Amino acid sequence: MLDVIASGPLLTVQDLGRAAARRYGVPVGGAMDRFALVAANRLVGNPPGAAALEITAGGAELLVNAPALVAVTGADLGARCNDRLLPLWTAVRVGRGERIRFTGRSREWGARAYLAMAGGIAVPAVLGSRATDLASGFGGLAGRPLRPGDRLPTGPPPPLVELGLGRYWPPAARPPYSPLPTLRLLHGPHSASFAPEALELLTTRNWRVGATSNRMGYRLEGPPLAAMRPFDVPSLGVVPGVIQVPPDGAPILLMADAQTTGGYPVIGTVIGADLPLAAQLLPGDALRLVLATLEEALAAHRTLMALLARPLDADEGDLLAAMAGEGPQR
Amino acid sequence: MTLAWSFTPLGEAALLAEAVTADHDAANRAALAAAAALEAAPPPGFIAATPAIASLLVCFDPLVTGHAAMMAVVRALLEDPPPLREQGRVVMIPVTYGGEAGPDLDDVAALLGITPGEVIAAHTAGPFRVMMIGFAPGFPYIGPLPARLRVPRRATPRAAVPPGSVALAAGLTGIYPARLPGGWHLIGRTSLRLFDAAAEPVALLAPGDLVQFVADA
Repeated sequence: MLDVIASGPLLTVQDLGRAAARRYGVPVGGAMDRFALVAANRLVGNPPGAAALEITAGGAELLVNAPALVAVTGADLGARCNDRLLPLWTAVRVGRGERIRFTGRSREWGARAYLAMAGGIAVPAVLGSRATDLASGFGGLAGRPLRPGDRLPTGPPPPLVELGLGRYWPPAARPPYSPLPTLRLLHGPHSASFAPEALELLTTRNWRVGATSNRMGYRLEGPPLAAMRPFDVPSLGVVPGVIQVPPDGAPILLMADAQTTGGYPVIGTVIGADLPLAAQLLPGDALRLVLATLEEALAAHRTLMALLARPLDADEGDLLAAMAGEGPQR
Repeated sequence: MTLAWSFTPLGEAALLAEAVTADHDAANRAALAAAAALEAAPPPGFIAATPAIASLLVCFDPLVTGHAAMMAVVRALLEDPPPLREQGRVVMIPVTYGGEAGPDLDDVAALLGITPGEVIAAHTAGPFRVMMIGFAPGFPYIGPLPARLRVPRRATPRAAVPPGSVALAAGLTGIYPARLPGGWHLIGRTSLRLFDAAAEPVALLAPGDLVQFVADA
């Protein structure tokens, strides 16, 4: 079990979401950085889609109630276990009574860290997922962000889990996280309805993530994108990654908690392989967009999936570092 | 008559089919029928279908299938839709019209140049079809409405609309399942629960259902 001592701006239970619940109008939801979530689960021997904690921007603190194998992946949010640095992307043993806390962004990039524990967070599944649906208030723990005083049940650890102690996920096997990521974009269904300069503008300048951005979507701040003429589209199905352009011309990049349908024209879709990069942005951060082909999108997806499926070997150096709790912060 | 459809990838794992027609009713029927057929006999890699007003989005696992294979299946279903099983399902929705429950009823009547009673009569004349579920869990887009009930969205959306509100806009009628921001005209309210994550199924209505509104006495 884990006790929440502090939650920071947003602390939630997330997994890979509920794709099949789209038919009820329920967002897919789940981890913003799905790569980091799956990597954290693999490091501690969990199934890829086990529920873990998504820590946003830092400020969270958790009390460990029983010895456990844990892994923190995603952003470097200054994770510490008691007074020592917690090695990131590494399976680490934590003891009863120890406190894991996240001080805040510790590099030029990073928004969301994932804390997986062997056995997973064992809140009840709703519609096949333990992810927290913040908009509708279900899933996770009581359908809401975690707050101090919450106690999180954890499942029984997988057998032989201790064999994984010290497992490490090297930087070369991670997405190319960056303070100014370049997100690849496919043409949207309504690209041609925008002024020719709109797509050029979208793909040549830096865009800033707006202050009102959240898990549903990012408002991209820059010059407005002009349509050829005012036009309406009948509401249509959308997915995370879609860039919608409302009448004010300010694009919205849909993220994990995006509604299943939208009524604004779609100028393009960010490829799935680059969504983990987008997930690591906070309001005020910038991103670039470039056009890509479907073939590039598929190749990038296969590459990322192959990285996630890579065999894991315990490395002695990492093992020692993890046991001592003094490994280099990676 | 065969409708024409245009296909666009929404990323590597989804394919959007949009009808190239102003006949949203026919396009929606084809999308509903195709979605039902995909769910009844899922092709390899199929994850979910989202039928909408005049489109169909199909999500799939790109490690198992691809846009070309999925497009072949979806195009065949859309261009020659299997008969849409109306499921024999007509859902009665009791509505308290006007007053506090439907603060925009008089405005809608004025916009349409008819009396509030005539708005209620037209709205309960149905049944109308659930064309899609979207915007929020369990939110049905119901229509298409006859011309005499067509109003645009409100000029100023409300920050919060009470759950159960029955609303009109854009040639459609809808029901707010939860407290949500909304730009539709509120003409009444139902006490039925449209979405409950703990229920089975979680949504009262499904695409393709027929809805019959009934005025509370």
